[in-house]
Amino acid sequence: MGKKRLMRGSHVIAEAATLAGCRFYAGYPITPQNELPEYLSGRFAKLEDATFIQAESELAAINMVMGASMTGVRAMTSSSSPGISLKQEGISYMAGMELPAVVANIMRGGPGLGNIAPSQQDYFQATRGGGHGDYRTIVLAPHSGQELVTLTMKAFDLADTYRTPVILLGDGLMGQMMEPVTFPEPIEPSALPKKEWTLDGAMERDSRLICSLRLDPFKMEQHNWKLARKYAAICERETEHESYLLDDAVVAVVAFGTAARIAKGAVNRVRKEGLKAGLFRPITLWPFPENEIRALTRSVKHILVFEMNFGQMVEDVRLSVGEKATVHFHGRPGGIISTPHEIADAITRLVYRHELC
Amino acid sequence: MCKKEELVLKDREGLSYTMSITKTIFSGFGGQGVLMMGYVLATAGMQEDKHVTYLPSYGAEVRGGTANCTITVSDDPIASPVASFPDFAVLMNTPSLMRFEGKVITGGTVFLNSDMVELRPKRGDVEVVAIPVNTIAERLGNARGANMVMIGALAQKTGLVSLDSVIKSIKEIFATKGAKVHEMNTLAIKEGAAFVEEQSSS
Amino acid sequence: MIKQVFKRPDALKDNIFHYCPGCGHSVIHRLVAEVIDELGIRGKTVGVPPAGCAVLAYNYLDVDMGEAPHGRAVAVATGIKRCRPDLVVFTYQGDGDIAAIGTAETVHAANRGERLTVIFVNNGCYGMTGGQMAPTTLLGQTTTTTPGGRIQLRDGFPVDLSQMLAVAGGSVYIERTAVTSPKNIIKTKKALKKAFKVQMDDLGFSLVEILSACPTNWKLSSVDSCKRIEDEVIKQYPLMVIKDTTGTHSGADEGA
Repeated sequence: MGKKRLMRGSHVIAEAATLAGCRFYAGYPITPQNELPEYLSGRFAKLEDATFIQAESELAAINMVMGASMTGVRAMTSSSSPGISLKQEGISYMAGMELPAVVANIMRGGPGLGNIAPSQQDYFQATRGGGHGDYRTIVLAPHSGQELVTLTMKAFDLADTYRTPVILLGDGLMGQMMEPVTFPEPIEPSALPKKEWTLDGAMERDSRLICSLRLDPFKMEQHNWKLARKYAAICERETEHESYLLDDAVVAVVAFGTAARIAKGAVNRVRKEGLKAGLFRPITLWPFPENEIRALTRSVKHILVFEMNFGQMVEDVRLSVGEKATVHFHGRPGGIISTPHEIADAITRLVYRHELC
Repeated sequence: MCKKEELVLKDREGLSYTMSITKTIFSGFGGQGVLMMGYVLATAGMQEDKHVTYLPSYGAEVRGGTANCTITVSDDPIASPVASFPDFAVLMNTPSLMRFEGKVITGGTVFLNSDMVELRPKRGDVEVVAIPVNTIAERLGNARGANMVMIGALAQKTGLVSLDSVIKSIKEIFATKGAKVHEMNTLAIKEGAAFVEEQSSS
Repeated sequence: MIKQVFKRPDALKDNIFHYCPGCGHSVIHRLVAEVIDELGIRGKTVGVPPAGCAVLAYNYLDVDMGEAPHGRAVAVATGIKRCRPDLVVFTYQGDGDIAAIGTAETVHAANRGERLTVIFVNNGCYGMTGGQMAPTTLLGQTTTTTPGGRIQLRDGFPVDLSQMLAVAGGSVYIERTAVTSPKNIIKTKKALKKAFKVQMDDLGFSLVEILSACPTNWKLSSVDSCKRIEDEVIKQYPLMVIKDTTGTHSGADEGA
């Protein structure tokens, strides 16, 4: 680990991507993630084997990433909510073609043009595939500067391992906030495992094809089941979460990303008053840590889901716990950043209303 | 200068807590060096091996209008980088005072640029430190160094970070600007510190 | 001793074309394969087929191929080429693909001077989806979505994408040909070869627009379809070298 550096979240993603061996970026400007391509354009200019393209559109950008990925290069794009909607075409194709790529979504308020304030309104879009067809994307939700380093680098590994697009789901606050971070040693692209499926010219081998078209429904079905098995394997192996002060908790707050950060502050506050609250933070939003949340209900009968939207992840929590606990919801859509005080209030009200102390 | 253990504060609900974590809001017009003050404080905190977060306002707000940022400095890992009620507010113009005066925690401190802000907080439960940072900076022949005067005053008054750390931080941050600039800024920081020291002893 | 004078090109797989009788794709596929053979680049060529009838080009061309979403072929090709400048990358696109849904990608790739070769097959309709109006459909031409013929007031003018691309700074060589007669087919092959060479010489963006028949959707015989191109389509889309600055380009540093 190197020296501590005070860095903006979007710069951290860009630096971590470079260290992970990413050598292709294409993107289109949109607030609040512009600092990411701005940083990367300078960073890549110093590398002989890296390509940065400011594309003419989000569509072009994601399709350039698709082409880059076909050659085996670690490739990424980034955007914010409206731009990610445009990229869904390419993400669906890449899921179908089994091409790795990392897509960072620094979410903002919506729907439509919305605003540029931090939001978590794209949870459904990210975790349900987002585009057309039967597929999923791995979704990672960092909540700190250092986690932006580890999860960005992990995103590239997961993408390559499973040959699938991975979404790094942050928000305006994660992108803009500065925190001290340390970086690991860089990974040289030449040191990465060789990919045996890339397009590099049919020299002394049969020609290869990367496509998502399968006109024969039986072949399409086979391919769909192949993807389904892959997704099942991901669910089994890759679920990640953080438990915070849950051992003796009677109320569990479930929140991800920035919301989890705020909720942690709230949990600390109510703990000072003697209320037994804890935080469950999904780090992978897909696969969702449903077994781990279900296990929580052995001791916790009330769960408060806090999201910066009007209720999306809460559906996954409800599906996970069934009748085993009561799921409450506190949400602030539109780009509002709740204060820890507000969430502490919500926890406190819940505790007293249900006489949990 | 306040000692850390003295800073046992009560927030609006009367909850008391010790100040192992402090949140400071910096606010002013774009161009007053508001974001830079926050960046210096966060860097100085990092150099003292404290946990820090720097949260800027951004987007439309950054371009031309008012700018603000929230800096958290803590001995322990920081849960939320968002300030419900900041402990300190550094307010460089009148709109900032109007926006943030009500947010500061009971017992907190408001640092005002008295060259730009004629009003004073209406509440009596916060300490007000008024510093003519522009006048001081101009006297030093460093008109653009008003924010450095302010950060010196803040560090001296609150003890959030040491003056040495602040000076070390600006040396690193302005590394490309040369020794002359560093000297001028160091002087501005020390003058800001001296101003609040003098005020509290008089 | 027997001398072989005609054979299947190495770059063409031994499959029977699925295209309709009289369709230009089969001829154009063969020309592309011959050019790849003659340039000796089969082992370093990557093709990007479009959505449309020619999506199945990979069943015939024996080179590495990566499919693109409708209209995005040059964007995908840009990603491939930028990562592997040593490869020869071509796209194969229809008129709807390149001049309607993919206009933005194409114009900007040409403007950046991407080292790509674009094979643009213009048959004046959306063949695979059933013969709807394309951007290149002639005024008055009947299609399934212009039952009384294309009307300028309602449907706009036929798009001349090649001319639009000619004004882009990064395009170097653009020619329009046809596959209606042996003479035109030979000219088309020459143009394709030149377009690949422009890329291999690192000069810039090259494109060959090929007027091609769609007898099924035009509801004409193969022979009448070729006649229609020569009598009517060529009036709107004359066969010509639209842009050729190969003589003035010095190579990679151009425009830097």
